[in-house]
Amino acid sequence: MLATLIIVFREVIEAGLVIGIVLAATRGVPRRSLWVGGGVVGGAAGACLVAAFADAIAKTMAGAGQELFNASVMAIAVLMLTGHNVWMAREGRHIAQEMKLLGNEVVAGQRSLAALAVVVSVAVLREGSEIVLFLYGIALSAGTTTISMFIGGAIGVAVGGIVSAAMYHGLMRIPTRHLFAVTSWLIALLAAGMASQATVFLQQAGLVTVLSHVVWDTSEVLSDGSLPGKALHTLVGYADRPTGIQLLVYSATLVSIFTLMRWFGQPISGRSQSISLVRQPD
Amino acid sequence: MKKSLVYSVGLSAYLLFSTAVHAEDFILTLKNNQFFPKVLTIPAGQKIKITVKNQDATPAEFESSDLNREKVVAANSEIIIFIGPLDAGTYGYFDDFHRDTTTGTIIAK
Repeated sequence: MLATLIIVFREVIEAGLVIGIVLAATRGVPRRSLWVGGGVVGGAAGACLVAAFADAIAKTMAGAGQELFNASVMAIAVLMLTGHNVWMAREGRHIAQEMKLLGNEVVAGQRSLAALAVVVSVAVLREGSEIVLFLYGIALSAGTTTISMFIGGAIGVAVGGIVSAAMYHGLMRIPTRHLFAVTSWLIALLAAGMASQATVFLQQAGLVTVLSHVVWDTSEVLSDGSLPGKALHTLVGYADRPTGIQLLVYSATLVSIFTLMRWFGQPISGRSQSISLVRQPD
Repeated sequence: MKKSLVYSVGLSAYLLFSTAVHAEDFILTLKNNQFFPKVLTIPAGQKIKITVKNQDATPAEFESSDLNREKVVAANSEIIIFIGPLDAGTYGYFDDFHRDTTTGTIIAK
């Protein structure tokens, strides 16, 4: 039961942190619960499919199927996160020009939400498929009853959910006029971390071989395997032993996102653009 | 049409593997929730290809925080994973589904 609790907790928290950021970034946007909830449900369904076909996926592409699949879904998430930040910047400009048309406000919000719902699905799908495979293994092996497995799993989901909710409420304490500047950064860092992790999958598959030497080692200070290390890994792409190509991809992603935001956005301060997007609850 | 596309991508991936990556082969076997060999010694400073064979009836996930690698290995199945080039040193790995009991070490020298 404890093993189930711990692994479920670890996976839930990874997906939960991503969901927390998405919720913070979409504060006050109408119908966000529907989109984010849909993302979770879609991701969970996808997780079951991925787990069921894990072996088939692994055997395609000359044995690199699992990595290519993971790298692809993460690349999609990176594009969606980038899209969100860019749309926020661009629609902010339009709205400023068109004197805050309510219609625009909603359209921009919904389009961004669709992108972020995909990100939520990807996070739930990746972590969820591991939970499904793990529970399947437990169910097959003797020694654990189904009931204790479910109790452990349920507690794991609950505790992971509470920690993620705590992070979300922490973000909510940030004053609204700063919140969207903060979430833009969080989303950009999340995207850069995912791009870096997608690169790791390509390295693991032997498809990317350049700059694969480890550049520094901070595993003594903060290990990737520890819970804080893993949380930071999810949030900002922390790696205790990053390779050259990871650092390159990470920086290139950040630079691209902020360049695109500047390109499509306007040169006034970011927060006033973002705030104009969102209808605050009365 | 779609099938031929899949085959051609697969074939190019295969060619990429066989031509671009000259990696030394090593095998790790997972049986009764234990890795064998428990300590795998590999050369430092070069690309390594590890085949993980899962002979158990339950799925596993080969994972290493030290190596930043993770890959699901279905029951009675095998996967390949590329690591390195590594600095000389000791690197831990584990089955993420039994992370306390199913562990092993890779020594690069």
